[in-house]
Amino acid sequence: MGLLSYIVRKTGIYLLTFFVAVTLNWAIPRLMPGDPIGVLLSRFATLPESSEVVYSYFMRSFGFDRPLWEQYLDFWRALFNGDLGVSIYMYPQKVEDIVLQALPYDLVLIVPAVVVSWIIGNWLGAVAATSRRLDNLLMPLFYFLTSSPYFWMAIVLAWLLTVVFPLFPSSGAYSPGMVPSLSTAFIIDFIKHWTLPFLSLLLVMLGGWAIGMRNLIIYELESNYSRYMEALGAGRRLILSYAFRNAMLPQITGLALQIGLAVAGAITTEIVFSYPGLGFLMLQAIQNQDYFLMQGAFLVIVVMVLVANFVIDLIYAAIDPRIRSAYAGEA
Amino acid sequence: MKIPARCREKGATLLPILFLLLTIAFSSATAVAQELPREETIYVGGGLWAPPSNFNPLVPWAATTGIVGLVYEPLFLYNPLNNTYIPWLAVEGKWLDDRTFEIVLRDGLVWQDGLPLTAEDVKFTFEYAKQHSGIYYSGIWDRLERIDVVDSKTLRFVFSNPNYPEWSYFLYTIYIIPKHIWENIDNPLEIANENPIGSGMYKVKSYDQNQIVYEFNEDWWGKSVFGTPGPKYKVYLRVASNNVALAMIVRGDLDWSNFFLPGVPQLVKEYSFLKTWYKEKPYHLSANVALLFLNNQKYPLNMSEFRKAIAYAINVDEIVNRVYEGTVLKSNAVGFLPIPSWQKFYAADLVEQKGFTYDPDKARQILDQLGFRDVDGDGFRETPDGMRLKLTIIVPFGWTDWMESIRIIAENLQAVGLNVEAKFPDFSKYWDDVTKGYFDMAINNFNSFVSPTPWTMYNWLFLPEAPPVGENSWNGNFGRYFNERIQQLLQEVESTPMDDESTLRQLYREIQSIFLDDLPYIPLWYNGFWFQANTLHWTGWPSEDNPYGVPVTWPGNWQLGGILTLLNLKPVAKETPRPTTTTVEKPVTTTVTKEVVETKTITTTKGGTVTTSVITQTSTQVLTTTVEKPVTQVTTVTVEKGPSTALMAGIAIVVIIIALAVGLAVRKK
Repeated sequence: MGLLSYIVRKTGIYLLTFFVAVTLNWAIPRLMPGDPIGVLLSRFATLPESSEVVYSYFMRSFGFDRPLWEQYLDFWRALFNGDLGVSIYMYPQKVEDIVLQALPYDLVLIVPAVVVSWIIGNWLGAVAATSRRLDNLLMPLFYFLTSSPYFWMAIVLAWLLTVVFPLFPSSGAYSPGMVPSLSTAFIIDFIKHWTLPFLSLLLVMLGGWAIGMRNLIIYELESNYSRYMEALGAGRRLILSYAFRNAMLPQITGLALQIGLAVAGAITTEIVFSYPGLGFLMLQAIQNQDYFLMQGAFLVIVVMVLVANFVIDLIYAAIDPRIRSAYAGEA
Repeated sequence: MKIPARCREKGATLLPILFLLLTIAFSSATAVAQELPREETIYVGGGLWAPPSNFNPLVPWAATTGIVGLVYEPLFLYNPLNNTYIPWLAVEGKWLDDRTFEIVLRDGLVWQDGLPLTAEDVKFTFEYAKQHSGIYYSGIWDRLERIDVVDSKTLRFVFSNPNYPEWSYFLYTIYIIPKHIWENIDNPLEIANENPIGSGMYKVKSYDQNQIVYEFNEDWWGKSVFGTPGPKYKVYLRVASNNVALAMIVRGDLDWSNFFLPGVPQLVKEYSFLKTWYKEKPYHLSANVALLFLNNQKYPLNMSEFRKAIAYAINVDEIVNRVYEGTVLKSNAVGFLPIPSWQKFYAADLVEQKGFTYDPDKARQILDQLGFRDVDGDGFRETPDGMRLKLTIIVPFGWTDWMESIRIIAENLQAVGLNVEAKFPDFSKYWDDVTKGYFDMAINNFNSFVSPTPWTMYNWLFLPEAPPVGENSWNGNFGRYFNERIQQLLQEVESTPMDDESTLRQLYREIQSIFLDDLPYIPLWYNGFWFQANTLHWTGWPSEDNPYGVPVTWPGNWQLGGILTLLNLKPVAKETPRPTTTTVEKPVTTTVTKEVVETKTITTTKGGTVTTSVITQTSTQVLTTTVEKPVTQVTTVTVEKGPSTALMAGIAIVVIIIALAVGLAVRKK
């Protein structure tokens, strides 16, 4: 019962967030100066008379000749029918197809990066918290990592590992001339291209987790229950294992927050490495004033972040009895 | 370390599952692997900026490069270098009288699906635009009365009031589509046409976000006439930036580049296997005129004297030498490209008499006379009534050569006392400002391409007739210049047959005269048909010595020579790999001598009739590829073999990370 009201309340908040975010995303591109159809046709070197007929045709076909509020209502109507519209920049591909093609590239970057950095980061942080010498050594490194912007880390890695030591390719998801397949040659090529963007995400995220974990453990070790256990003569290992469990909770909340940041980081990283995920797509959509592609890519990102947060809220409720009881008390 | 057991197990199960899911999700969208043999494959770049997504010949501006030209074909190709139409689907085209144009199709034309291509298809292609007014050539129906099919190979286009220059342009820019496929399509402009079936020598084999692969159409009708193109496969790559393209062409990852590469003079000197059109400056053929558009609706740019002062103040030579390193040519004062079809109407004496040259003193003098003087002593001139004057000049952000150019122009204008600022808005903002008339000065060249007649440029410069500021000026006359006499003259040009050159000369002469008097826009330089070829894998490129066509692969430009280039290319015979243990490293010269029997079909536009003559010539071409630096070649080989180390390192890192994470999670107390 308690859990139910918690879920209902969370769902409400997420739906509201979704509505506001999607509306903003619909509105902001349309407030930008410029004219997407004009941009589309600017590549069209032909007689001006031809431009005119084609221009008015496409204004009608995309519905830009109608009042804004009608366009907005249509947008929601289409959205509920699962129709994200037609891309202007990659005309006439459907936005959902383009986004679905790009999405796997994001998932293979973000998910492993978040998971691996979370595990390694927490472990390193916990290690640092237990040893003063290691702490002095690792902390500056963590702070350095966590305060690097994603794109900066990406550029540094790109410079270091493609220019100074040319070990990895600098752009794309696989070599030109390669055809995607399950052959070993392709998989190896793919991993080579994947490594650098993955590493830049991993390294930046790692620092944050490690710092968080280290501080939390130190805090927990100073708390009353640890002192009490210590006074009772419990072993350091035992105390640490309790401290770790308590320190995990905020780290899971952190994970929820981090997913949003990771997506943002992935966008800039993808741009640096021309990695064909959603971030790279969004950049091109913005450059070409492709309203529909921008909306679509952003929508998917919003949904991804919200769903991830929601799942983590659920996990949180499951592992922290206090949440459950708080909502139960309210009900 | 002590991690509570529960946590560990979670991590341990989660991770592999995730990886598995991702692998499956990723591989589901993949196709069968196929490596293309290098000696049959050509790698091309420079005309693919967005992922291939459109294969529709009716929207050629959105269609991926090669769709129109290689898959769908025009009636004629056009070689601007000698102003000739090359019979392609049509063998002949001529005006029977002032209003009737007859086209005779070639024998044995077939579509890629095996059905014959007949006069009905050609008729359909045109009439389709009557049903669907969004098709770019639908405007022709204002002037075209009907199309008569005489027999399966012959058609007559009967015009009510023909626009001769427009027709001369449409002859090589309208792509014939198969009736049996398109007659069943209701929304032809809104489809991607993923399985394009044309009549062309290439078919689309595959594509993904970064490339499109074309494969030779074994059943191409032209095999018996034109032979087989050298490359069986043509991979068109989407290259992220010019710098990447530069590295790729030097390494040989790209055989044919139509990128604007900075530093071409040094490149050609350093790598003898790189080829450009001219061996010396300007290296490139001229493709179009870049003009400085001035807003003729805005004070003080609405005064022709003021515009002339600007023209006198700009040092185009500095732009050509500093920004382009001499790889482009400075324009003449009327913007007439150095191609025969335009030059025959060039009024050299008028340009001599009324044209402008770089002369800052003259500019200062004009401005002084107009009353623009620096009254408040800030170093910049004020208007005659003492108001401050500030002008901006815009080009899109990221177009680095243009950005540098307008910096120089701004400096030039500041030097004569005009407060001019160079600004770089994003392309969409730039385009909005330019087409709606919210700008002072802007550079543009989008529709001044080489063509059979200077009318195409004038049509762009002076039409539409100056819409009000804020309304879309479609695709031309951005500065909203209006001159009634010019409109009249252009109409006369349109209704004058192309062979009536003396009348046309008079008309163009008067237009040039008015242009020089009013100087609405300032022609600056000719942008090039950027072209660099790597001769390590393919030879037979066109050049100044062998000008059979313009080697351009930009969308919609293949018929200017790109198609012919593919037909002329020959693979370089593979050498047996030299042992790397050779101690003496000498320049290695590979000489390939070939007897080339060329069947050149030359068509000249004369007397409004497109006459065709077929010349067969046998020539012996000695293609010499000198690789002066065998070292470079050896390194290339190392780079190609290199991946093994890089790859090992990559895998090692990934494996270590994963192993660390997994191992850590699984480890028990």
